[in-house]
Amino acid sequence: MDRLQKLAVNSEGFVFDPTTGDSFTANSTGLFILNRLREGKSADEIAEELKKDFENAPEEVSKDVSDFVTHLHTYNLM
Amino acid sequence: MIKKYEKPVMLKIETGMMNKFGSSPYYTRKVRTEIDGVKIDDLVNEHGSPLFVFSESTLRQRYKQLYNVFSTRYPNIAFGWSYKTNYLPAICNILHQEGAIAEVVSEMEYDKARLAGIPGDKIIFNGPYKSISALEKAVSEGALVNIDHFDEIYDLEKVAKNLDRKIKVGMRLNMDTGIYPQWTRFGFNLESGQAMDAVKRIVNGGKLILNGLHCHVGTFILDPNAYALEVEKMTGLMYDLESKFNIKLEYLDIGGGFPSKSKLKGTYQSPDTLIPSIDEYAEAISTALYRNLKGGHMPQVYLETGRGIIDEAGFLITSIVTSKRLPDGRKAYVADAGINLLYTAFWYKYTIETDRELQGTNEPSMINGPLCMNIDVIEEGTLLPPMEKGVRLILSPVGAYNVTQWMQFIEYRPAVVLIGPNKTVDLIREREDLSDIIRREKVPERLKIKA
Ligand SMILES: Cc1ncc(COP(=O)(O)O)c(C=O)c1O
Repeated sequence: MDRLQKLAVNSEGFVFDPTTGDSFTANSTGLFILNRLREGKSADEIAEELKKDFENAPEEVSKDVSDFVTHLHTYNLM
Repeated sequence: MIKKYEKPVMLKIETGMMNKFGSSPYYTRKVRTEIDGVKIDDLVNEHGSPLFVFSESTLRQRYKQLYNVFSTRYPNIAFGWSYKTNYLPAICNILHQEGAIAEVVSEMEYDKARLAGIPGDKIIFNGPYKSISALEKAVSEGALVNIDHFDEIYDLEKVAKNLDRKIKVGMRLNMDTGIYPQWTRFGFNLESGQAMDAVKRIVNGGKLILNGLHCHVGTFILDPNAYALEVEKMTGLMYDLESKFNIKLEYLDIGGGFPSKSKLKGTYQSPDTLIPSIDEYAEAISTALYRNLKGGHMPQVYLETGRGIIDEAGFLITSIVTSKRLPDGRKAYVADAGINLLYTAFWYKYTIETDRELQGTNEPSMINGPLCMNIDVIEEGTLLPPMEKGVRLILSPVGAYNVTQWMQFIEYRPAVVLIGPNKTVDLIREREDLSDIIRREKVPERLKIKA
């Protein structure tokens, strides 16, 4: 199974990885992205949704999404 | 609702403790108000806290399950109850009622089995130290003695001489089955040729009749294939002995070692994913038996399963007596049970249930015992909701090894109860009191304090 699918994620942004025992905290936008990645959405789709759902999301929101995805890679979660 | 945008972040929690969590914090809030239908409250009001509680139905079910899984695959199988795992007589007798013989590793355990009414020929006597008088008693009562080392061969020859007859013996082996650490301190090593030397010595002595092989590869063995390898090597040696010395063995004793559904420290998967089912062990063992035994040959096979039978039938109820905030931010609770009662705390992470619903956010918590020693930790770090003094925790599984390896250190050992059919609760070991502690102590007259 996908590593992302195995994570335990709660609504406050507490994330637990049962494979390694690592815990993480995500803020609201981080959690928003994480949940959509887990649903299999693409970075572009997620960037569009962020713009719609969040006040004053910047133009370069897709840069933030890709930065976040890179971060997940450094955690070996993707 | 439109939310405010922030840069997305996800940070690893690096408190050193948080990333040691063995289980998801969302599973830690477990409530248990009863065991087998008997209220935790009633148990504690009647018998005090801490309190060990055993479930007779779980124990019988587990034994039956193991017996069925093995005997349907290989009929000539029997279990020897590993006394050291739990030798409370009520527990042993349940297993004897279910059909288990006894497996003992000391004279004290041997005497306990005899006292319970188990005849010598239903006792397997293992272990690295058996005194000559213990050997003589066991042999004359017909026990299955598995030799551990060369000196024991000599001792048993002396016993044979004293009894003026040849005696049947088994022999313990140790071997490489891919398990680390390899238990090489017990029995004779197979690969180095030591086992063959021991057999030659037995044959040349002319007083002992080798009739069985024994091996116990270790405990909490997570790889069923280790047993397949063990069986292959044991049967290989058995037929080797037959062709070289015309020795016909009656039994193969493949020891214990199946894991229980408990969580080992340092593992992150739940026991349900990590631990193979008992069917997988039975399949590996029976397949190896049929692959290696000659057609139609069905020697008696013994298993000495301990932990795998009893662990999940045992619970410990303990009460929170206080809590404090540690300088590193953690909440530290003191419970009335510690490592004095929970020897297995050194390698298990127990399931922790509370006796009531609790409000508040989970926070990193540790649970310590009453021993006034830094090592007295029964849970290093888990997420728990805030707990008041008086909240009771139910720890499990604790049925294996704890009520034999517990120590009497600064506290009395608690009562042990058994929940039987129809919610009957029987006291199977009374709580100790001062008289138990001082009964064997002597004060020389000159040291007595005079009023
Ligand atoms: C000789 C022997 N047999 C059986 C056992 C029971 O082992 P377990 O509880 O792992 O099944 C032990 C435990 O160490 C043992 O030494």
